[in-house]
Amino acid sequence: MSNITDNYPLSEKRPDRLTTPTGASWKDIDLQSVLDGTLSMSDLRIAPETLELQAQIAESAGRSQLADNLRRAAELVRVPESKILEVYQALRPGRSTPGELESLADELESQYRAGRCARFLREAAQAYDVP
Amino acid sequence: MKSKRLDLSSRRPINQDSFIQEWPETGLILFNSPFDPKPGIRISRGRLCELDGKPEAEFDLIDRFIARYAIDLTRAEAAMALDSTEVARRLIDIGVPRRELVELFGALTPAKIVEVVNRLNTVEMMMALQKMRARRTPSNQAHVTNRKENPALLAADAAEAVERGFSELETTVGVSRYAPFNALALLIGSQTGRGTALTQCAVEEALSLKLALAGLTTYAETLSVYGTEKAFHDGDDTPWSKAFLASAYASRGIKVRFTSGTGSEALMGHAEAKSMLYLEARCLMAIKGAGSQGVQNGSISCIALPESLPGGVRGVLAENLIATLMDLELASGNDALASHSSIRKSAKLMLQFLPGTDYIFSGYSSMPKEDNLFGGGNFDAHDLDDYNVLQRDMQVDGGLRPVSDEAVLKVRRRAAQAVQAVFRHLELPPVSDAEVEAATRAESSTDMPERDVVGDLEAAGRFLEEGRSGLDAIRALAREGFDDIARKILALQKLRLSGDHLQTSAMVLPGPRVVSAVNDPNDYRGPGSGYSLSPDRRQEIASLNQALDPREMGRESSSEPGGFLREAGEARVGTDPGEIVIAIGPAFGTELRSTLLGIPHQEVLQAMIDGIRAEGLRPRVVKIYATSDCGFIGHRGAQLSGSGIAIGIQSKGTTIIHQRDLEPLNNLELFPQAPNLDLSSYRTIGQNAAKYAKGEPVAPVPTRIDNTARLKYIVRTTVLHLHETRQVVKDRKPRELDWSPMQAAAGSGAVEKALPA
Repeated sequence: MSNITDNYPLSEKRPDRLTTPTGASWKDIDLQSVLDGTLSMSDLRIAPETLELQAQIAESAGRSQLADNLRRAAELVRVPESKILEVYQALRPGRSTPGELESLADELESQYRAGRCARFLREAAQAYDVP
Repeated sequence: MKSKRLDLSSRRPINQDSFIQEWPETGLILFNSPFDPKPGIRISRGRLCELDGKPEAEFDLIDRFIARYAIDLTRAEAAMALDSTEVARRLIDIGVPRRELVELFGALTPAKIVEVVNRLNTVEMMMALQKMRARRTPSNQAHVTNRKENPALLAADAAEAVERGFSELETTVGVSRYAPFNALALLIGSQTGRGTALTQCAVEEALSLKLALAGLTTYAETLSVYGTEKAFHDGDDTPWSKAFLASAYASRGIKVRFTSGTGSEALMGHAEAKSMLYLEARCLMAIKGAGSQGVQNGSISCIALPESLPGGVRGVLAENLIATLMDLELASGNDALASHSSIRKSAKLMLQFLPGTDYIFSGYSSMPKEDNLFGGGNFDAHDLDDYNVLQRDMQVDGGLRPVSDEAVLKVRRRAAQAVQAVFRHLELPPVSDAEVEAATRAESSTDMPERDVVGDLEAAGRFLEEGRSGLDAIRALAREGFDDIARKILALQKLRLSGDHLQTSAMVLPGPRVVSAVNDPNDYRGPGSGYSLSPDRRQEIASLNQALDPREMGRESSSEPGGFLREAGEARVGTDPGEIVIAIGPAFGTELRSTLLGIPHQEVLQAMIDGIRAEGLRPRVVKIYATSDCGFIGHRGAQLSGSGIAIGIQSKGTTIIHQRDLEPLNNLELFPQAPNLDLSSYRTIGQNAAKYAKGEPVAPVPTRIDNTARLKYIVRTTVLHLHETRQVVKDRKPRELDWSPMQAAAGSGAVEKALPA
């Protein structure tokens, strides 16, 4: 394989590599599966592996910050929406002490293996903490 | 004290706009506030410890974020050492590729970026924008809202917008509880016609995320960023919270674009005496640092504020340009009402329209302004024809296409029917047939029947609470006979698995096919490179509904066989001093049948005959084949006339009174403005010709002055003249015409009245 961007768009060129976090594959998702009720919104989700592929594509196009974002996103695939909203709220101005952000970071790291997100939170805590 | 003229000028639309002087202390200045920092950077042991003259200890949150995530420290010292004018020149140097500049600008500070961009004049900024936008193919986004929040009308407007070429649609709410229904109607409408467009509903962050998770929207654009910490806090966010939110959306396969723009900090009272461009550069660096693929900027809802200041429109172009220098997708504003003056609005639009951006509008009001819940809409549904003409004039791809009235009605009706079916199937408050019909043909929500607002709001609230989603809509559509729409929505939802539309500048074309800066990178390197219109696209842009086929113009009734004139051999030279020759052009009464104004040739001829007879002289009609020129037609006629006087007339109706011994291009009277000639004028022309022959004094035929005549008629004039010229037979002698059948047809009354007693 010459270049990772040759695989882009994945939906056209590599649908075989696309699965959902629930284990469904690209070809499983059709109108019939919706009508049968065998498919739910939670099946229509991107997999961490796919986000990693997209991160590599972004990186090879020279977009390191976008790649970082997509890698944080890959970690958040495993994190439930309620927890995501909780973290978001905690990051908003004046919502939490550095210690609270620190413990959320620990939780992301230990429970969801979200190391990059945890680091991002710690960097925020540090930045917020400067008087 | 004003003159009457100045008084009228003062009431022109432009003078309803607000204009103010600069006030740097409050941030009311575009570039170069005396309080702006000077460019500079200091890096110590791999750590940025001074940014634009500010030591790390004094960094605010935005400085810290930028320092940490947005500046490539490995290149920064070398990049910052470059002369700003030299960097500015590289921006418009076609020898320097885009990617090299993206790397360079990724290593500059906000003050340096602004200094470089400020070295460019407006045209140079446009050249730079053409080269620096991320995606090669330009595109466009529409706003779709209505004041009654009627779902059938939303769907119909969405369907029409997509049919017209918009590749993204954005709606919002008047009452936020409507959001699920508005999003649903937009989703259905957007996939009704040719499809496929991404859709979003601009609401508060948490609700916006919920709608996207429920598959009711397919992207989000609400992540606002500000250039000072205080303004950021007033927006109840920090760069970190916004960046985290962006990752949250991406984790669910949802496209996100940030929002920023000049003027917002001054409006909020937190500009800290910095220029708008300096603050916007900070925003854009924060957005890049957050890992966003793109931004909508161009002042957005604040636009009238920078436009009140000197250099405001140039400044807004500069902020668009900086977004592309940060390698961000750019939806370039042009959305909120920016001026009362059409001239000013159009002129401003050209700065984004001509270079092209990823989305030229970050919301073109696809419905009439009165229904725009985003605060007006700088251009609206009634300007779409203008927009299509601008594309055709400039041969520029502005993302839209002309569509036929039939196609518009068809998709509108189907979208409204689809919403009706989904609401019925999901037992939501019913959409009546009357609503479907009204939505199909409406001008605006004023034409829509009232709905039960309380019932709608209750149902909309339950919709999300009960965990309903885009899949319910897909099922309902499929079961109600709208399989095609169901499949398109599913295909769009399925793209979430791929994340393809998370890449920079992604748009989704019918298929669905994702086109982004990855597989369609802007490769502009001067003439012969970059985006160009394909032959099909050129044809599409050219094919305005109102464009006529010149081959058919003026010949609408010429397919009838025969005519009212019969040729009776070669015309002789007359000897009767009481005759006036009417010399007609080669297509008169045959290939063409009426004048420029549509007056039938037969009636024109009859009027002139009547005029001649009213003076007691005798008309003779001849046809000239050798020329289509009015002067020469009249001149030839005069050579044949026994009195030496002739009237020459072209098919388009231009008329001359000529005399035998005058030069061909001289005349007794010329009536070049055919649009001003009516039947009574032609009768007077006949009378005047007769009076010249009798040697009586002649008062010239009165004509009206119409300044718009040339504008209105030059095309038709040209085409009719071309048809006439095509009938010229150089060596064919003039022909005598027998017009007696015409007299019979016209009835004897007119003739008898015209004859002197």
